[in-house]
Amino acid sequence: MSKKTANLDDPIIELNERIKKLQDNPKQDDILTEIKELEEQKKSLLKKIYSNLSPYDIIQISRHHLRPPVSDYISFMVDDFIELHGDRSFGDDKAIITGIGKFGNQRAMIIGHQKGKTTKERIIYNFGMPNPEGYRKALHKMRLAEKFHLPVVTLIDTPGANPDIGAEERGQAHAIAVNIAEMSRLRTPIICIVIGEGGSGGALGIGVGDRFLILEYAYCSVISPEGCAAILWKSKDNAEDAANALKLTAKDLYEMGIVDEVIPEPLGAAHNSPKEMANTLKKNYYPLP
Amino acid sequence: MPDGLWIRCEGCKSLVYKKKVEEKFFVCPECNFHFRISAAERIKIMLDADSFDEYWKEMSPVDPLNFKDRISYKDRVASEKKKTGLNEAATAGKGTIEGKEVMIVVTDPSFIMGSMGSVVGEKVTRAAEMALEQKLPIIIASGSGGGARMHEGAFSLMQMAKTSFILSRLHQAGLLFVSILTDPTLGGVMASYASQADIIVGEPGALVGFAGPRVIRETIKKTLPKGFQTTEFMLEHGFIDMIVERGKIKHELSKILEYCDANHSS
Ligand SMILES: [Zn+2]
Repeated sequence: MSKKTANLDDPIIELNERIKKLQDNPKQDDILTEIKELEEQKKSLLKKIYSNLSPYDIIQISRHHLRPPVSDYISFMVDDFIELHGDRSFGDDKAIITGIGKFGNQRAMIIGHQKGKTTKERIIYNFGMPNPEGYRKALHKMRLAEKFHLPVVTLIDTPGANPDIGAEERGQAHAIAVNIAEMSRLRTPIICIVIGEGGSGGALGIGVGDRFLILEYAYCSVISPEGCAAILWKSKDNAEDAANALKLTAKDLYEMGIVDEVIPEPLGAAHNSPKEMANTLKKNYYPLP
Repeated sequence: MPDGLWIRCEGCKSLVYKKKVEEKFFVCPECNFHFRISAAERIKIMLDADSFDEYWKEMSPVDPLNFKDRISYKDRVASEKKKTGLNEAATAGKGTIEGKEVMIVVTDPSFIMGSMGSVVGEKVTRAAEMALEQKLPIIIASGSGGGARMHEGAFSLMQMAKTSFILSRLHQAGLLFVSILTDPTLGGVMASYASQADIIVGEPGALVGFAGPRVIRETIKKTLPKGFQTTEFMLEHGFIDMIVERGKIKHELSKILEYCDANHSS
């Protein structure tokens, strides 16, 4: 990891702390002006940082520990959500959440990778790395959606499918393959949105549809830059080189015609204002055109 | 549920005020234990007040095998009828949930363990046929610890095929089927219609599975793990979609009916 990316948000965090301190002790008279000044400083700093990002910086943003996970989008965008568990064959994979809810007046099946917000949640959700039963659960619910004419919205955020002995025994590759085939066949609209990490086949397992969108600081790649560096450069230290070579940013993917649209993020990326991010998504990209 | 002002909860073993339990839809206010309830009570909890129209009420089992264990099947049926006031384990009909029309079948575990003989199979089948004709969703709440009823032999076994056949047609017609698993649902019922629904809902803590726990224990000669074959166990293993407390079931069903409305145009 480069020094620059490791500290990407540090100056902002410092400014935020100063602003908060002022807000907590509203003694001085000129406090409002001072806060305003600091806010302005923060804004221009954010603009500066975010106008000059390397592909590997973007990878870090897409993996930011505060980046809103699928559960945030569901709570901000969806009303009356009913979670539906289970693949009806092996287990309930918590790395993928599926359920039905409403976007305004429109019903939809929502499917997404779960990453969680706390360390405890991340462990429960296996860091968003699904097992075959997760893909089979998603497929089972997509078929339910087809039966009842519900559009499907998938929210993609995974480093990849779970690399694990059990996952291989239960047919990880087969589960992803069947999903890709079935998603191309399903007679219901499917909209896929990469909201964070679009990691390889693990992303595509819920990522084939009528529209393929990506958030500004999300990425989609055939392999993680670290994995690519380890294989082709023989060293993980070359992850930045791999990130450059793979052309995996939203902008690159759009220019190559792989994604239909790039969804702009708020200033300072989604983690700076998750609500605003969700609103943009809800207002402009759902319901389906 | 026994008479008296106070009852002992089978979940937490504490004495609880009966009226409190009844107010909470027969759920223990201390530990959330869901008491077994009759088909009539369950229908009252799930459907809008006075909306239930019962069909095929007079249908009652015959004794095709002239079956006799310690007592004859005929005598058993007679005493079960007297005990429960029902003609069979299944009650079927039509009603509304928050205004939405549904076909409904409920099996009552107090009538020969809610097991499925020819009449239970027939009522499920007729309710599904009516759902198909009238393009209605169907909800089946199972409390069938007995699975397929031994006393009617292969006739009971074949109800598994008969009910599955009509529910497959319902599925092909794009109609909604919701299965609710209550304590206990096992054997041939679980291995046929109870597992075939679009959405499978469990009551908390209900015993659900194929082989009964006693049979498994005696076969493998091992104690069974805690929580084995509960609805929570089934949720973890991917076989049911959600667990819903009894007090919330009506509204959750209403949402499911809205989301999975076959006649919805969009
Ligand atoms: Zn209790």
